[in-house]
Amino acid sequence: MNHLAVPKTYKLYVGGKFPRSESGRTYPLRDADGQLLANAARASRKDARDAVGAARKGFGAWSGATPYNRGQVIYRIAEMLDGRRAEFVELLTRGGAGASAAGSEVDAAVDRLVHYAGWTDKLPAVFGSSNPISGPYFSYSAPEPTGVVAVIAPTGAPLLGLVSVIAPILTGGNACVVIAAEPDAYVAVTFGEVLATSDVPGGVVNLLTGSSAEIAPHLAAHADVNALDLTGADAELATELERAASDTVKRVYRPRGTPDFATAPGTARLRAFLEIKTVWHPTGALSLAGGSAY
Amino acid sequence: MDWEYAPAPESAAIGAIKDRYLPYIDGTFVEGGGDDLITYSPGTAEQLSTVSTVNGADVDRAVAAARRAYEKVWAPMSGAERGKYLFRIARGIAERARELAVVETLDNGKPIKETRDFDVPTAAQHFFYHAGWADKLQHLGLGADPRPLGVAGQVIPWNFPLLMAAWKIAPALAAGNTVVIKPAETTPLSILVLAEVIADADLPPGVVNIVPGAGDVGSTLVNHPGLDKVAFTGSTPVGRSIQQSLAGTGRKLTLELGGKGANIVFADAALDQAVEGIVNGIFFNAGQVCCAGSRLLVQESIAEELLAKLRARVETLRVGDPMDKNTDVGAINSARQLERITTLTQAGRDEGAEVWSASCPLPDRGWFFPPTLITAASSSMRVSREEIFGPVLTVLTFRTPDEALAKANNTPYGLSAGVWTEKGSRAMGMAAGLRAGVVWDNTFNRFDPAASFGGYGESGFGREGGPSGMAAYLDTDDEPVLPSSRSGRKGRR
Repeated sequence: MNHLAVPKTYKLYVGGKFPRSESGRTYPLRDADGQLLANAARASRKDARDAVGAARKGFGAWSGATPYNRGQVIYRIAEMLDGRRAEFVELLTRGGAGASAAGSEVDAAVDRLVHYAGWTDKLPAVFGSSNPISGPYFSYSAPEPTGVVAVIAPTGAPLLGLVSVIAPILTGGNACVVIAAEPDAYVAVTFGEVLATSDVPGGVVNLLTGSSAEIAPHLAAHADVNALDLTGADAELATELERAASDTVKRVYRPRGTPDFATAPGTARLRAFLEIKTVWHPTGALSLAGGSAY
Repeated sequence: MDWEYAPAPESAAIGAIKDRYLPYIDGTFVEGGGDDLITYSPGTAEQLSTVSTVNGADVDRAVAAARRAYEKVWAPMSGAERGKYLFRIARGIAERARELAVVETLDNGKPIKETRDFDVPTAAQHFFYHAGWADKLQHLGLGADPRPLGVAGQVIPWNFPLLMAAWKIAPALAAGNTVVIKPAETTPLSILVLAEVIADADLPPGVVNIVPGAGDVGSTLVNHPGLDKVAFTGSTPVGRSIQQSLAGTGRKLTLELGGKGANIVFADAALDQAVEGIVNGIFFNAGQVCCAGSRLLVQESIAEELLAKLRARVETLRVGDPMDKNTDVGAINSARQLERITTLTQAGRDEGAEVWSASCPLPDRGWFFPPTLITAASSSMRVSREEIFGPVLTVLTFRTPDEALAKANNTPYGLSAGVWTEKGSRAMGMAAGLRAGVVWDNTFNRFDPAASFGGYGESGFGREGGPSGMAAYLDTDDEPVLPSSRSGRKGRR
């Protein structure tokens, strides 16, 4: 007797849970041949606001975690993704990728996560400084996470693109609300399952599916969103969002072209969502470290 | 106690104030096409000098000159040579330090004590510090050969006119950019004396262009299509409008905007030192400082004792003639700013807060506001939320460190904060939790070119000073992109 398949319902990933859109709306996802793959949730403004609330909570937990712990969790995401390699290869091939390209994309996504897992405990060493100020003070500058980042995920490489935008945000200690590329929702939500089983605290990554043109303006105007990553927005939408972001002086990352996610990423994305904090502390007129600057 | 002091005025003649100052474009002092502006001395409210301002065509010429200088001279020049010019400028400022201090005090209204001991020497130090970076860009951690951006348009405020000019010009030039910079309408003089120092240093024409004018000139400049970079220091509303108008241009932008800095005093703090820090935090430059410690958060158990000490100390502040070497608190920069401070303080009174001002006599001319404490305030009042930008301190209380942190961070701004405690772990813990770009433990309002400065949130983005300040003037975008012919969606679907 044939087993009747039990297809997955693609929902949102918000606050560590998989809710449907409060709006009850869905839209069809189709494979490369135009066949119905599944119905995905079409997130609303209310879902976006819920996601920001969840991200703010997640930010508290994630930014407070030790860098070593954050690195381990990101490495765990890589482990979980690698363990589900076959599933992602199948999803990517159903979306139209060749088998070999799909395999390479999953491998590259795993490697990207491993790359960033090793960054979490090096940020102050590379982007911070001990400041040789001319006075009896100890002063240092160190990067800190910006906060909640709203992301328009790129199209083109459904898994690698998504991982390449989320990982640097997590590495810096930020939380994010990601609008998945509209046709790639099945990859994004399946990646949400990877995140959900990777010790990433709920709310640190929130995945919305639907129309970025509909949802993103609300995120760009939301006062509790600190930064925007416009990688997946077309030129017109990106400019509209940049404009909206100015109301609350958000940081905006907009790549100068279509990122080549297949090559080593550089650090621009990492730096885009870091704040440098400078701390001063007096050392007193009497220095015990005779001869040293401090 | 008798706190009478005999007057000890600095000589205004040292400033050698001229009748008329001109824009500095392409290495020459030229008459601008805009209407002349009159600059006043805030200490007397009398006319100080006249400045020729620029029009749109002048801005075009300045940007074109900066572009030529960038392409033909400044960017191709070795970093070591660029650095030598900056060292010369640092020396030139130091040589004319006393004159610059007098010019600044006359034009801005801040005490000569501050311009002489802080503004001018720190400006020279900024050039000296950044001069050294010019041939060491490869050591910034931004790649083997970081490139400049091109022509920078810069707009600076009136509260530290010369120092802000140094903060903007020095890193831009060290990185290999050229600049067009607009001083504030009410304080154009010291930067035009700096222009003389720059000219005497034989800086190639067009590398630095100075375009005096009002807000409309600033708007023309930051929106000029010939720029590669815009840097603005000023109010958050103007910063927002610049960010909005630059949307979609891809031009690199850094903003240093307003603040409502929390100064947090714990019960275990050394109270006398804390009082000095509070006074320095809010009355330095009469509170006309974006990072001023304008919200005092005092632990409830010591609030009464601390406020008594604070009032006693504030009573001893000498408010008056900015040119007097004994003056602690000088004039407010303009009648308009005085009006704003007066209005906001009145709003505190109207909302039910208690307003107390030092009893010191104010001069019978000039623009002055007495050092003022606002107590019995709540977090929701305007005086607790809005930047007053004057010598007005709003006092709130807290019970636990968590409450202090929550109240301190309860602002859209995030520029500065102070923490007063004798407990090292608490100081460091609070420093970690405060969402502010600069945190001063047991001190306040310290600045050094080697330490980066800038805000979180609506206090702006980008840093000035230190290695991260250099990054603001370099092309740091290292993300690989597909060749443009392959850009756009891949044809998978």
